Amino acid sequence: MGKYIIRRLLWMIPVLFTITVVTFLFMHAAPGGPWDRDPGRRQVDPATQEMLNHRYGLDKPMWRQYVAYIIGDFDDDGSFVCGAICGNLGPSYRQRGRTVQDILFGIPEGQPFWNSRMGYSARLGVLALALAVIVGIPAGIIAALRQNTWIDYTSAVIANIGVSVPNFVMGIFLIIIFAVALKLVPVVPLSWNSPKMWVIPALVLGFGTMAFTARLTRSSMLEVMRQDYVRTARAKGLAERAVIIRHMLRNALIPVVTVLGPALAGLLVGSFIIERMFSFPGIGQEFVQSISNRDYSMIMGTTLIYGVLIAVANLAVDISYGFLDPRIKVE
Amino acid sequence: MATVSESATRSAEIMVLSRPSRSLWGDAWSRLIRNKAAVVGMVVIAIFIVVALFAPLLAPHDPLQIYDGKATLPPVWVEKSVTGKAGDSEFLLGTDSIGRDLLSRIIYGARVSMIVGLTPVLIILVIGVVIGLMSGYSGPRVDNLLMRLTDVIYAFPDLLFYIIMMISLRDTVLGKLMNGLFLLFIALAVVSWVGVARLVRGQVLSLKNKEFVEAARCIGSSDTRIMSRHILPNCLSPLVVWMAFAIPRMIIVEAVLGYLGIGLRPATDSAAIFVTSWGVLLSEGNTTINSQPWILLAPAICVALVVMAFTFVGDGLRDALDPRMRGTM
Repeated sequence: MGKYIIRRLLWMIPVLFTITVVTFLFMHAAPGGPWDRDPGRRQVDPATQEMLNHRYGLDKPMWRQYVAYIIGDFDDDGSFVCGAICGNLGPSYRQRGRTVQDILFGIPEGQPFWNSRMGYSARLGVLALALAVIVGIPAGIIAALRQNTWIDYTSAVIANIGVSVPNFVMGIFLIIIFAVALKLVPVVPLSWNSPKMWVIPALVLGFGTMAFTARLTRSSMLEVMRQDYVRTARAKGLAERAVIIRHMLRNALIPVVTVLGPALAGLLVGSFIIERMFSFPGIGQEFVQSISNRDYSMIMGTTLIYGVLIAVANLAVDISYGFLDPRIKVE
Repeated sequence: MATVSESATRSAEIMVLSRPSRSLWGDAWSRLIRNKAAVVGMVVIAIFIVVALFAPLLAPHDPLQIYDGKATLPPVWVEKSVTGKAGDSEFLLGTDSIGRDLLSRIIYGARVSMIVGLTPVLIILVIGVVIGLMSGYSGPRVDNLLMRLTDVIYAFPDLLFYIIMMISLRDTVLGKLMNGLFLLFIALAVVSWVGVARLVRGQVLSLKNKEFVEAARCIGSSDTRIMSRHILPNCLSPLVVWMAFAIPRMIIVEAVLGYLGIGLRPATDSAAIFVTSWGVLLSEGNTTINSQPWILLAPAICVALVVMAFTFVGDGLRDALDPRMRGTM
């Protein structure tokens, strides 16, 4: 097992390498650079641009810029500045004077740690996942236990809608219903301190996962219900409750639990459209903005974070399979 | 003494089927059309395809024509909108903030969604099938190399990739071809073939040692013939199901990118075939959400309808082609 985990961790290196190289090449292929201003505004003059390019190392050859970002490079005084592998995601080109890690993980003065940008995104993701678990799993269990009743059909219809309708389209419907028509919440919340504001974004983000979880739980339950050991449990006179909880659920939830890890990563990563839709102050918002701003270090930083999140989530699934179901041997 | 061939003929006569034989596809089709949701889905898709093809005939107005004094009209059934205007029977779904007919724009938008759904999927099929066949059929070295490549691409966060690629290459020559549609096709195809490649490879690996392939090899069939005549047809049904689920994904990505303002470039030239898309309409509607929510609502409903229709057909196809899968996910 240990060997397997190490091998999988090592395998993350080429994956992250490819992701960062591709991102790096694309962003440098894009016309324009971080010092360009919108047309019409006063442009940065060439001498200043050259100075800025030198200061940020943009005058160096491409491969060296890449190595400098990931591993590190010597600055003008000859001292070594460590790169992304030390957690240094570089200075932001647009928000001068701040580093990328400071923008993404930095906590505003006098506020709790969950008010960083990453904290906001993580809270939204966790909330959405919680919604998916709290509603999705019981819905799936009940639908399976009451198979072919109206409960089953209703939840199947809702789950079908949830799985197929993309979350941002769902977001549009909910915004129009709750913000425009019923005026229960503002279209663009001014403050995220009120819990009421979080409901719709979390619902929008979590709906697909909720539907998916419900469907997966239902089908997994239906499969388990037909197993011999369930019949045995009933035959030996166990209470129905005990049969359901101890014998069915334990086994039925294995596939469900394993998809929740990547679901969380998906919710964290997939949230940038939702973040943009609700002007949510998370990292997804920063990511989309940074690409149009050509804020090179921010693009690389956010991509790297997303890449690591997904890779770790995928690893977590494979490992959790081994722990939860001893029948599956990791080779 | 009865020869072997004689007894074979006799037993074949005995075993003549009492019913006319049905092909796999005929059988699947009859199962598919018994599935109500799938039939509804097929009808919806057919309607949208017709709308997309005959957009110029069906659209009541030129989607780019600006009607002075007719801006921000609500749909026809609204008697008084937030802006105080009443619906106009000439503009069924109302007009946008500069006075263009929304219904006509939606109709033209269907074109982009349909073409975006189909084209990348076809490109992906070609790339994926070729790589999958190569990987499964050639030796372990090629297989290993190709599978490592697909692993890396599989781990790639695809929506991030689309966004980076679209924003980066938007202002290049490539990004301007066909109002940006060309770039969209490429972006969608480049990372999505891995699913197909894995699927085909899996099929090849499980089939290539089967007796019928061995038999084909015995009578001297070439590798190309075995692959195209014996192995590929057996991959078709999972591929058809895959397609039914891939097409709506492409449509969604177009809508997302359009919504973010980095998809299709809205045309100003009325000679353009692809004038606007649902994604573009979504981003336009988003700016006027309070005063004219219908501009946002109409394309959102279209996207939801088409995507659901494809999902229903996909579910139906999966059940029809592989009845063992029925009732599971």
